[in-house]
Amino acid sequence: MTTLLNVQHVSKQYGHDTLALSDVSFSVNEGEFVSVIGPSGAGKSTLLRCINQMVDTTDGEIHFDNAILQQMNKRELRGLRTNIGMIFQHYNLVERLTVIENVLHGRLGYKSTVAGMLGLYKEEEKERGIELLEMLGLREQIYKRCDQLSGGQKQRVGIARALIQEPKMLLCDEPIASLDPNASKRIMDHLKSISRSMGITALVNLHQVDVALSYSDRIIGVSGGKIVFDGSPKEVTQEIIQSIYGSEANDLMVKLGGQNAI
Amino acid sequence: MQFDIFKKKRLSSLLMLAILAAFTYGAMIITQYDVIKGFSSIPKSIHWGLSSFYPTAASLDNLPSILIQLGRTVLTSVAATTVAAVFALFFSLFGSKVTKVNNFLSVLSRGTATVFRNIDVAAWALILLFSFGQSALTGYFALFFVSFGFLTRAFIETLDEVGGHSIEALRATGASYPSIIIQAILPSSTPQMMSWILFMVEMNIRSATLVGILTGTGIGFVFDLYYKSLDYNTASLVVITIVIVILILEYLSNYVRRVVL
Ligand SMILES: Nc1ncnc2c1ncn2[C@@H]1O[C@H](COP(=O)(O)OP(=O)(O)OP(=O)(O)O)[C@@H](O)[C@H]1O
Ligand SMILES: [Mg+2]
Repeated sequence: MTTLLNVQHVSKQYGHDTLALSDVSFSVNEGEFVSVIGPSGAGKSTLLRCINQMVDTTDGEIHFDNAILQQMNKRELRGLRTNIGMIFQHYNLVERLTVIENVLHGRLGYKSTVAGMLGLYKEEEKERGIELLEMLGLREQIYKRCDQLSGGQKQRVGIARALIQEPKMLLCDEPIASLDPNASKRIMDHLKSISRSMGITALVNLHQVDVALSYSDRIIGVSGGKIVFDGSPKEVTQEIIQSIYGSEANDLMVKLGGQNAI
Repeated sequence: MQFDIFKKKRLSSLLMLAILAAFTYGAMIITQYDVIKGFSSIPKSIHWGLSSFYPTAASLDNLPSILIQLGRTVLTSVAATTVAAVFALFFSLFGSKVTKVNNFLSVLSRGTATVFRNIDVAAWALILLFSFGQSALTGYFALFFVSFGFLTRAFIETLDEVGGHSIEALRATGASYPSIIIQAILPSSTPQMMSWILFMVEMNIRSATLVGILTGTGIGFVFDLYYKSLDYNTASLVVITIVIVILILEYLSNYVRRVVL
């Protein structure tokens, strides 16, 4: 197995006094499905955004696909981002545009500025977009405006937008935090099967410990900007939950060992 | 602690009220404004309005020339607004905190907009009178400057409000800045921006009347002319045409808003 992502001693400081990440190190293999769990404010979103450099690191190095992010110039960074798809809690679609237009936005990173401004998409790109939408069960919605979709449908559009990038890795920042249990399950199933069948590495921030345990190959527990656990879901015990979540742990009511949590 | 906060808020509201009252009273003394006289003169002015400020059949003869001037005023307002909107769009992109290129440009464009917005349209007209004299250009630029300042401010707020989320997503795909602006920002913000532009056109037609009096052009000049020559009947006709135009415009802009939003 080859290592796709290697995070080495990364720290991130916001302003003068907020240390969101301190000396974080871990690596992720190609094709792995890794969940990051931790209490609110632990630094999960910051961690994810450091990996595609939406947030720049204060210290340390991140190696992605044998390149060092901290040494990249602007153009190289754009190239890096085309290889990393991102999925958001609030979907972050352009609500007034149609589903297919939003999906095609995923191709903009590959285009010259002029082609991007004019929105010149190739025929193959359009066909691929439609194919992805059909795969995600959105055949009926292709030409609908996004503000007419349900949350779960919007998230699937978000997934299609990320997939059309042909990414090596997906970063998902709480992809199901705004969804009901049914839609959540559907989204998680999609993410899991995408990771399996397309061999795409996934790093997923989750609030729901039980979901993380049942879907992931590996769990990373973050607390106070530090990694306090890094191991397989089987190794997660009540004590470990306690060490990640502190006093919140008792409210979580995690059914350890339950593989069909949602 | 909690109660202290409420008490403090109530106290500060009372204080504000007292200060306002003191200011009002002070201003009344200085300007020798008599409240009773002020209110009792309202019926008198209504009486005057009804008895002399109405159009007659004779004044209708002046209608064609009034309409021509009114048309000019409307066109000037529209031109000033639309050109100002183009400039405002660029400045607001640099100024908004979600689309800004860097902090320096952001502060600069916000500052510029504030200066232009806070100088009143009449003040602009008077300043510009020195450079352009009594011409349509003076009025045009006065409207243009104020519209530019106002629209920049309004557009910045629109961008701040609608932009954030989708910008983040497109930045994460590696899209370039111009593509992000055109593909994501403009589609989500044009309806609100259109709405502001229509509002500005309405505002400008109103201001144009006033500016016209100062610069001796357009409908304002026509009104001034008839009013000063004591032809109140025609002057009232001018006012009525302005009101009608503004009503039509408001109807049109409401219609456009319904369609684009
Ligand atoms: N742009 C920012 N500027 C300043 N501080 C920030 C910024 N973003 C995050 N922080 C701070 O960094 C810390 C980590 O935030 P982060 O959003 O990464 O947490 P999180 O684990 O994603 O939390 P949540 O589960 O609530 O989303 C918090 O203390 C937060 O206040
Ligand atoms: Mg977060």
